[in-house]
Amino acid sequence: MRWTIALAVLGFTATAWAADVGEIKIAKGAAHLERGSQRLTVRVGMPVQESDKVVTGSDGTVGITFADNSLLSVGPSSVLAIDRYVFDSTTHAGQFDSTLSKGTLAVISGKMVKQSPDAMRVRTPSAIMGVRGTEFIVRVD
Amino acid sequence: MAALAVIAAIGLAVFLLRGPPDETVVVLPSADGHTGTVVVQRGETRQVLDQPYATSRTGHGEVERLSDSEVRRSFGNTLQALPARPTAFMLHFVTGTDELTAESKAELQNILAALKDRPLPDVLVIGHTDTVGDLIVNDRLSAQRAETVKGFLVEIGIPAARIRTSGRGEREPLVRTADEVDEPRNRRVEINVR
Repeated sequence: MRWTIALAVLGFTATAWAADVGEIKIAKGAAHLERGSQRLTVRVGMPVQESDKVVTGSDGTVGITFADNSLLSVGPSSVLAIDRYVFDSTTHAGQFDSTLSKGTLAVISGKMVKQSPDAMRVRTPSAIMGVRGTEFIVRVD
Repeated sequence: MAALAVIAAIGLAVFLLRGPPDETVVVLPSADGHTGTVVVQRGETRQVLDQPYATSRTGHGEVERLSDSEVRRSFGNTLQALPARPTAFMLHFVTGTDELTAESKAELQNILAALKDRPLPDVLVIGHTDTVGDLIVNDRLSAQRAETVKGFLVEIGIPAARIRTSGRGEREPLVRTADEVDEPRNRRVEINVR
C-alpha cells in the first residue's frame, strides 16, 4: 500500500514535470493562459505547458523562460499559441513551434536551435519563420 | 436571417477593406554582437534576414532596415518583458577544502550582487575537484563545495528549492591532467543561473 502511494506520487511528479516546458518570469498588466477549457490568470512563477495559449490585454506583457533557455516575451494585445514544445536536455534535440495570431513577440533562441537549425518555427497569419540562432521581433497588426 | 446576412456582408467588407494583416519581422543583434538568421517564408516569397535590424514587412518586396531607436520606440515594452539571459559564474577553492581562494571570495561578492535582484532565478551549482586524492573522497568534496556555494546563495534570499546542486568529483576537469596533479583551475564550482 505504502509502495503504491509512493509510486503514484512519483508518477504524478514525473508527469507534472514533463508537462511543464517553461516558466513565467515576468508578468505585467492583464494576461492569462488558455489551457484546454481553463483560463488561468498569469502570475510570476507559473509553469507553461505545450498547447498553452498566452493572451495579453492592452496593458499586458509576459516574459517566459523555456527548458532549453529559449526566452520569449509577449507584448500588449497579443495572442501566442505554444503549438509544440519538445526538448531533450541530454542531446539538446527538440522542436519549438508557436503561432502569433496578433500582437508582438520577441524571441531569443535557445539550446535546441544551436543543436539543430530547424528546431524553431514561428507562424503568423501570412508567414512562417525559421530561426537560426538569433534574437528577433515579430509584430502582427 | 436577413440581419445575419447583413452582418456577414459587413464582416466580409471590413475584412476585404483591411486586407491581410500588416506583419513586421526584425532581426536584432544579440548581446554578444553576433546576429543570427531568420528566414521568412510568405507564400512563394522567401526573405533571409541576417543583418542587424534587417526587416521584412508584408507588401514590401525588399528587405528593409530599421534603426535602433525605431525598434526601441515600436517594440520597447515587449523587449523589456524578455526574461534575464541565462548566465554562468565560476569560483575556485583552496586545495582539499571547501574554502574559497582569496580571489574567489572577492568574486563571490560580485556574483551575489548580480543575482540578488534577479526575479525567480533557477540555479544549478556543480562542484569539481582536481585529481589529488581518491575518486570517492573527491566525489564527496565536490558535492560539499557545491553545498557551500548553495549556502551563500540561500543567505542572500534565493529559495533553497530553486537551487540544485551536484558534485562531479574529478570526472570533468576543466584542464585535463594526470592523476594526483594539484591543478587550481580544476578545483571549482560552476554556477548556472537562468
